[in-house]
Amino acid sequence: MTEFPGAPADQPAAVPAASASGPSSPQPPESGRPLRVLAAMSGGVDSAVAAARAAAAGHEVTGVHLALSANPQSFRTGARGCCTLEDSRDARRAADVIGIPFYVWDLAERFQQDVIEDFVAEYAAGRTPNPCLRCNEKIKFAALLDKALGLGFDAVCTGHYAKVVVTPDGRRELHRAADPAKDQSYVLGVLDAEQLAHAMFPLGDTDATKEEIRAEAERRGLAVARKPDSHDICFIADGDTQGFLARRLGPAEGDILDVDGTRLGRHNGAYGFTVGQRKGLRIGTPAPDGKPRYVLDISPVENTVTVGPAAALDVTALTAIRPRWCGEPPQGPAEYTAQLRAHGGEVPVAAELVDGELRVRLASPARGVAPGQAVVLYDGTRVVGSATIATTERVAVTA
Amino acid sequence: MPYLDHAATTPMLPEAIQAMTEELGHTGNASSLHAAGRRARRVVEESREGLARALGARPSEVVFTGGGTESDNLAVKGLYWSRRAEDPRRVRVLASPVEHHAVLDAVIWLAEHEGAVLEWLPVDSHGRVHPEALRRALEADPHSVALATVMWANNEVGTVMPVRQLADVAHEFEVPLHADAVQALGQVPLDFASSGLDAMTVTGHKVGGPYGVGALVLGREHAPVPQLHGGGQEREVRSGTLDVPSIVAFAVAAEHAVRGREDFARRIGELRDDLVRAVTGAVPDAVLNGDPDPRGRLPGNAHFSFPGCEGDSLLLLLDARGIECSTGSACSAGVAQPSHVLLAMGADADRARGSLRFSLGHTSTRADVDALTEVIGPVVARARRATDGSTSGVERRPPERHHGPEQGRPSGAGAGDTGERTRGERCGTR
Repeated sequence: MTEFPGAPADQPAAVPAASASGPSSPQPPESGRPLRVLAAMSGGVDSAVAAARAAAAGHEVTGVHLALSANPQSFRTGARGCCTLEDSRDARRAADVIGIPFYVWDLAERFQQDVIEDFVAEYAAGRTPNPCLRCNEKIKFAALLDKALGLGFDAVCTGHYAKVVVTPDGRRELHRAADPAKDQSYVLGVLDAEQLAHAMFPLGDTDATKEEIRAEAERRGLAVARKPDSHDICFIADGDTQGFLARRLGPAEGDILDVDGTRLGRHNGAYGFTVGQRKGLRIGTPAPDGKPRYVLDISPVENTVTVGPAAALDVTALTAIRPRWCGEPPQGPAEYTAQLRAHGGEVPVAAELVDGELRVRLASPARGVAPGQAVVLYDGTRVVGSATIATTERVAVTA
Repeated sequence: MPYLDHAATTPMLPEAIQAMTEELGHTGNASSLHAAGRRARRVVEESREGLARALGARPSEVVFTGGGTESDNLAVKGLYWSRRAEDPRRVRVLASPVEHHAVLDAVIWLAEHEGAVLEWLPVDSHGRVHPEALRRALEADPHSVALATVMWANNEVGTVMPVRQLADVAHEFEVPLHADAVQALGQVPLDFASSGLDAMTVTGHKVGGPYGVGALVLGREHAPVPQLHGGGQEREVRSGTLDVPSIVAFAVAAEHAVRGREDFARRIGELRDDLVRAVTGAVPDAVLNGDPDPRGRLPGNAHFSFPGCEGDSLLLLLDARGIECSTGSACSAGVAQPSHVLLAMGADADRARGSLRFSLGHTSTRADVDALTEVIGPVVARARRATDGSTSGVERRPPERHHGPEQGRPSGAGAGDTGERTRGERCGTR
């Protein structure tokens, strides 16, 4: 029987790092052996160019579009999704042009369980989840990667902007993309060393702007070159997260309180709020000092939302659970920088792993830190690991 | 390239290609009155006569259409409407649950939008409708039945239905019976007159003819409500300028297929039996779906469930080795759904998901079967690894606990599902 070139009998090969051997595309490793690569193709321009680059570098690439919705819409409605039949067709057309086999795999059930139900449960528990991290951890680099490796592929390739660097001693490190404005290492911070060993990010070491990626797509004849970016949560096609949660969780009226417990108003469901939120509180009476009020706390048990001044949002320390490390976990307290939400800035921190829980002390207070979000630790551009924020410590402020 | 997907479409016969390309060089609308039109009309009518002969029908019973899906829709919706118009009590539609989507979705549409009361006829574990089942459904209240529809042979598992007996039962109760015979033509003896059917769907590209042309063979006493309104070209039942090149090629292919049917069935049936032996030899726990008795099964069909495998994994691995086959029913997104046919036959969702159809046709050779024989064992072993992921090299973590204080799942979680499943189910589960 004809095996694929490079198809390993048992041991999948580790993927060469993009940056280890060239500025713009992942090259076959020193042995020159092309890898069998499964390219996850969403139907967008980034994953199409990533797949095209992997193929152009000589790897044997197969495209797969993940059907993540049990109820695919024929066409995009409102905001962009990544689960529509039109996206599936766009991905197929890109694969045609690249000249690679293409399949649609139904991972809707796994996605429903691992991402959507988790998303709803997290909101119901008063936290603010990031479903993209969850999808990378549980779907793209777990369900999909497992299946790919089982089928004899060496790696899963995506259109994420992040860099894999192989150290002289052969360890694989995840780094921020060359262009910090497009860097997506935050949503990949959940990948552990094993997952990273089989990940390929052909866009990560490019300095190209999004416009240049689009131009490259155009040059390669990919019709998705001019397709708009997706920004919203893919399984909430109309972009209305509050409406989605309300449909899933039903109305649950409760009180909006100030920090000393005075009732200021009513809400239709504590899950509709995020720590740090200012808009949409609909409180009739202004604060005594006339300053805007922000959501400080959400208590799903009492079904209350506590609001207060901006200063009360200043977080000085946090604990985070479910830590995941790209390499060795840190020993003892160590100095890093931390990113506390997608598209957020970095803050210097001291972090320590205590009984499996990450304790993080911020060098300067940060705002907009919501339980449920990930804290991703960096050492320079290198991703050290990530954990899910559980509790925060704030500067004491009275109303 | 071993092509084992003839039930999806089979290569055009050289005779059909020749007839079609020759006709493409001629001008003439078969409805025009001048010489060119008359010439085109003559070609159509000769084709109609040839096809009718091949199908055991009268020429006037052949209504040319744009293919199997159109014929099925015309029969099912058209007869529902015409029969209900004659008697408003006739709202029940009896259908087998293993029908092709062209029938399945049409009858469901009638139930959802046209007040039809849909009743699924039970099938046995081979996917066969028994005449007694039809009798029971009819007996309950024969006057309320608009029509019954049961395919001649199943497109997935190849089970052949007792069409003649089913038609006899239907006629006892004066109810018309339609059969989708798309897969049966050229594979099993098929004669419209002696079948007793009221309407029968056939299509070109399954018998070596071109795509996009088919026919509904329709008893002359039936006047289904048209789906396409226009010039009324085909018996005022189907409108649209006749596609002369496709029609002539379809007729040539069908005649050829029917003429060679016995040889085909013997030769392809033997190859298929070899294929079944080879697959079950290489994969001892593979389950042959459908009727194991060759007399009850299309000669070109072999359909297996491979326990512990996903059909799409098998398909990818075989495709990469140059072997082309099918997971059965595919929906518009290209996602392999568990087959509604296997589910109706009593298979669980895993067995339904882990199945593959190999279908042989007129160009099949021993080399095709040998090629499959060589790879199927390793491919199934590989696909099983992809299912359990145990040798994937990625260390599996123990199932984690849900973090944070124990809130439990909100009681409303899952409520949003109920309305969302319906479109997805369209792809296969019903």
